Amino acid sequence: EIHIKEPIEKEVNPRLLPGELLLCEASTVYKYLQEDGSNRGTYGKLVCTNFKISFLDDDSTSDDNEPQFKNKIVGENDITLQCVDQIYGVYDEKKKLLTGQLRKYPEKLIIYCKDLRVFNFCLRYTKEEEVKRIVSGIVHHSQTPKLLKRLFLFSYASAAPNNTGGRNQTVMFETLEDWRDELQRTKGNVKYKAVTTNEGYRVSEKLPLYFVVPICISEESILKYEGRGIPIWCWSCHNGAALLKMSAFPKEQDDSTSQMQKAFLDGIYKTISKPPYEILKLDDLSSSLPSLQDIQTAYTRFKQLFLIDNSTDFWATDVKWFSLLESTNWLEIIRRVLKKAIEVAECLEIQHTNVLLIEESATDLCCVISSLVQVMMDSYSRTKSGFQSLIQKEWVIGGHGFLDRCNHLHKSEKEEAPVFLLLLNCVWQLVQQYPPAFEFTETYLTVLSDSLYVPIFSTFFFNSQHQRDTNKSGESLKTQSGPFRFLTVWDWAVQFDSKAQAFLNNPLYAEKPKPDKSQRKTARFKHQRQLSLPLTQAKPCTKRGFFREETDHLIKNILGKRIGKFINSSDEPPNSLREFYDSWHSKPVDYHGLLLPRIDGPEIKVWAQRYLRWIPEAQLHGGGTIATAAKILDLMEEVQSLQVKMDEEHSQAVSGDVHSVPMLRNSARLSSLFPFALLQRQSVKPALPTSTWKDLEDEDDLVKRDDEFVDLSGDML
Amino acid sequence: TLKDGTNWEQNEEIPRLPGETRVTDKDVIYMCPFNGPVKGRVYITNYRLYLRSVENDPVVILNVPLGVISRIEKMGGASSRGENSYGLDITCKDMRNLRFALKQEGHSRRDIFEVLTKYAFPQSHNLPFFAFLNEEKFPENGWMVYNPMSEYRRQGLPNERWRVTFINEHYGLCDTYPSLLVVPYNATDEDLKKVAAFRSRNRIPVLSWIHPETQAVIMRCSQPLVGMNILFLTELLNLNLFGQTFYHFCLFPSQMTNSFLATGGGYEGEDAYPNAELFFLDIHNIHVMRESLKKLKDIVYPNVEESHWLSSLESTHWLEHIKLVLTGAIQVADKVSSGRSSVLVHCSDGWDRTAQLTSLAMLMLDSYYRTIEGFEVLVQKEWISFGHKFASRIGHGDKNHADADRSPIFLQFIDCVWQMSKQFPTAFEFNEQFLITILDHLYSCRFGTFLYNSEFLREKEKVTEKTLSLWSLINSEKSKYTNPFYSKELNRALYPVASMRHLELWVNYYIRWNPRIRQQQPNPVEQRYMELLALRDDYIRRLEELQITNNSKISNSSASSASPSQMVSQVQTHF
Repeated sequence: EIHIKEPIEKEVNPRLLPGELLLCEASTVYKYLQEDGSNRGTYGKLVCTNFKISFLDDDSTSDDNEPQFKNKIVGENDITLQCVDQIYGVYDEKKKLLTGQLRKYPEKLIIYCKDLRVFNFCLRYTKEEEVKRIVSGIVHHSQTPKLLKRLFLFSYASAAPNNTGGRNQTVMFETLEDWRDELQRTKGNVKYKAVTTNEGYRVSEKLPLYFVVPICISEESILKYEGRGIPIWCWSCHNGAALLKMSAFPKEQDDSTSQMQKAFLDGIYKTISKPPYEILKLDDLSSSLPSLQDIQTAYTRFKQLFLIDNSTDFWATDVKWFSLLESTNWLEIIRRVLKKAIEVAECLEIQHTNVLLIEESATDLCCVISSLVQVMMDSYSRTKSGFQSLIQKEWVIGGHGFLDRCNHLHKSEKEEAPVFLLLLNCVWQLVQQYPPAFEFTETYLTVLSDSLYVPIFSTFFFNSQHQRDTNKSGESLKTQSGPFRFLTVWDWAVQFDSKAQAFLNNPLYAEKPKPDKSQRKTARFKHQRQLSLPLTQAKPCTKRGFFREETDHLIKNILGKRIGKFINSSDEPPNSLREFYDSWHSKPVDYHGLLLPRIDGPEIKVWAQRYLRWIPEAQLHGGGTIATAAKILDLMEEVQSLQVKMDEEHSQAVSGDVHSVPMLRNSARLSSLFPFALLQRQSVKPALPTSTWKDLEDEDDLVKRDDEFVDLSGDML
Repeated sequence: TLKDGTNWEQNEEIPRLPGETRVTDKDVIYMCPFNGPVKGRVYITNYRLYLRSVENDPVVILNVPLGVISRIEKMGGASSRGENSYGLDITCKDMRNLRFALKQEGHSRRDIFEVLTKYAFPQSHNLPFFAFLNEEKFPENGWMVYNPMSEYRRQGLPNERWRVTFINEHYGLCDTYPSLLVVPYNATDEDLKKVAAFRSRNRIPVLSWIHPETQAVIMRCSQPLVGMNILFLTELLNLNLFGQTFYHFCLFPSQMTNSFLATGGGYEGEDAYPNAELFFLDIHNIHVMRESLKKLKDIVYPNVEESHWLSSLESTHWLEHIKLVLTGAIQVADKVSSGRSSVLVHCSDGWDRTAQLTSLAMLMLDSYYRTIEGFEVLVQKEWISFGHKFASRIGHGDKNHADADRSPIFLQFIDCVWQMSKQFPTAFEFNEQFLITILDHLYSCRFGTFLYNSEFLREKEKVTEKTLSLWSLINSEKSKYTNPFYSKELNRALYPVASMRHLELWVNYYIRWNPRIRQQQPNPVEQRYMELLALRDDYIRRLEELQITNNSKISNSSASSASPSQMVSQVQTHF
């Protein structure tokens, strides 16, 4: 049965944000419902503003079905211009990528989004000139190069009312104090100092205004090569070992220059390898991890697996699903990154060495590894404010080029790489392996990844602190506009009301016990971990485990790169990493202590919530992890209301009845895609695979055999 | 007493069940694939192989029921060189191999090899299964769990369309069927006998389950023999009277029908039944499944294939078979539930794929089967009583490890159930441990539950009199097998999504021997929930106490005296 309703002539106006301008629109656009291959859908108006593309349902009166989890800025049928991934036009059943100038206008428009939604619009019933205007408008505003100042961020900041938002505990790392506090928190202040050398950006525009270096590093050396070759502090471990990063020198043609650089580096290494500094280990991430190009290629292939047009596609790709996943290489990259983080953690925790991560700019893979190491080793980074502070420290202020890496301005595809998404994917692996260890949920990570494309927050729309600062002043605009007041993404109230924000908090998270208690605990814990290596370490057997051949290689790699004269060559049993991993995993987990990801093949999973959330075929009615989560939430509320009742009984107050509305009513029927399922299908029809069995060529003889195999030869004996 | 009911005898190093006797012991080196060689002492009883390491840190223990052993081989000879190259290689049915190295002097392995072979394969040595020697006592009697008459009554049978027949009471009609059958009301016993002649091994179409509302039924049978279509109409006439469309699920791949017809097998031609629709479900036979499991073992034991895990997993086809079985069951359940039609399911003999499909469809349709006892009934009914050939498929106590009759059909069914419980974590009363325990005792031969091929043979061997039921063990300690998240839901069809996006390898079963891939025990989410439950109960108790004391203090407050019971009952119904 096909439900094509007659179009209703009704004026529906888009809800505009401050500073948002309607650019073009088209009416009688038919939007197909994704959920099946049928032609079911709704008529409505398609509009394009300087912020978003939006479909306005003609029949949008049914607001009674208000979802529990709603984004206040970007609605179900809104696509921010930065969220558009690719646009296809359908001409006579043929799909064509739409990029620049169009000569012919399509009958159908398919919009693939970076958050993996797929929109199908039929333009057959729309007036021709409206089709022209909307299609070229959408393609122009979402797909062609743009000036930074034309980002919606600026219109919004100048038009939005001056609301500084609610206070949150995120440390922004914009001031010297923030860095000093962080040094103090991690007890790194004995050997490291926050410096003001870059005030006025006189060292480099890529470096933050304030950063931390070893105390022995002089101002001249920082200034000498614009901060290149200078170890910059990320974090200090409880035992004093520090995680550092360094921007490498580009390859020099000129021999004398490179000689000088080499001498400079040797000097630096010498200085920071002397006591009180720990032995230094270097890791050149540009050679030990996949390149940005590899990451981009892998993700491009990977996301394609989830941009599904219809049910037939879903089932057609299902049979080969595992090999398709593998061929993208995305999960393998996640595994390698997690493994690298374990290696770094082992150096810091067990070997008590400093680790210096090196990368050309020190703002891509350095950010991934250093953040991941901190999430694993510092339980503060597993709280919401701690994680947000970490993102500020390593990424936003640390100078990750969000603008270029997300290609927000469509300037150059060469620069594009999902580096931040890679981090979120890795953190998700930890979140799902150790649910009680994180204050936030996977939903938090999912909406954080979505926020990459919402240009009302400055957080992910600049390449560096310098770029943000210079553009903030508004000097190039009319003077009265004054400095812009940008919003930060950490102000979650901008996007979600308090009810929806509850889904970002993990009900399983057990808060850290009181500080004095925990300190004793961690001290003992440390001790345990170090003595916990199995005494009967057998000689390495024919393991096919994950460290098989790579251990030696890794050690050689690190050894080779260490500065010869500083090596205390007696340490490092060759399989110390393997021991570290195995012995940690053989102990019960302390959710407030060190956390190591499990990285064997079956343990690395697809982040189903982010990637499968819009695919109705993948929906389980009343199933999925949300089913158990809902039960826990319900029970928690019940316990809370009992607590209130107890208090009342104690105080003998005859107050009114307690209102405690269970958050997730009728939880048994929630979709597993909750809170993202577009439409809660009421149908009880099961999803049935339509694909057919592929041949078992090598087993043909078996296939043809009867179940009742009678072995006559056996009987005759 | 250990968790599994095993008693440790005093001053004895090894656990022993009542009725278990020690046979021999020996110093060996256990070639642990994960930790390298472990010096220890191995003890053999008439039930198990038990190894304890000499070193205590860490102490290595192996506790293997002899029933799981599939094959014992000697490795190396008296003159073999190289360290630990002389000994025994034991292949197990539960996804592991054991290797023991022995001293080369004095033919030290001959005795142990002979003892192991004798007790691991009692059927090949005219010895009884351990189940017949087991003297354990349990508060619950698992043999009482399944009573066919009360199960059919629970389904509302007999009724005006279906009757219970005792025609097979002495297994005269079909020796692989149970004695009690439910057949169309109009079919006389004479009709049934006629029909039986045209079904392979006389496995006539009988009712497995009836939908409480639509009255649509799931029936099962074996494949028809060729040339019987006309007479077979008689049995169908009775069904068509109900005026429902009738679906026929033929489980083997459609391309194979020709070969079946050629070899005397037939399938229900559509032309034979005007009101019937025919489906082929493309589920492969027992040999394909066996090979698939073999490949799976190769990639997970002893070490997990690392570099290309996903494509290796795919190449075993194991999850693909799971997907097809689930897909078939969903289709059957959907026809019965939403299509309101009856279905007839058969493969070749109606005891392998048929049992998988009917039992899974029933699990999807009837929430009773998702409880612990209900599931026991389901296994007892669709598998054990309807003659799934457990003895042949598992090879209990039989040394012929290469027997082509062996196949992991029941394991595959349990895997499908696990997939469903994984997708719907609140829908099943039982937990993963319950499923693993069933699989462990599928091989162990400690209980009579899975012994022999048919009810007929079990009766002959007096299994219920002389052995214990696995359900005795489980039902005596139910809390261990209970899923705390279970919420009872009546009459809700539960359709899993049979997509590779959701199907997972059951790591906690297939890779459980690998210490590196170990799930956190207890499950932290479950643990947190239990803590909260305890907290809630504590609050309720304290609140009640408070209210009692408060009420006695304030006798005139009528409002607060009404609240405690109200609150408590509300809380209880909530769960």
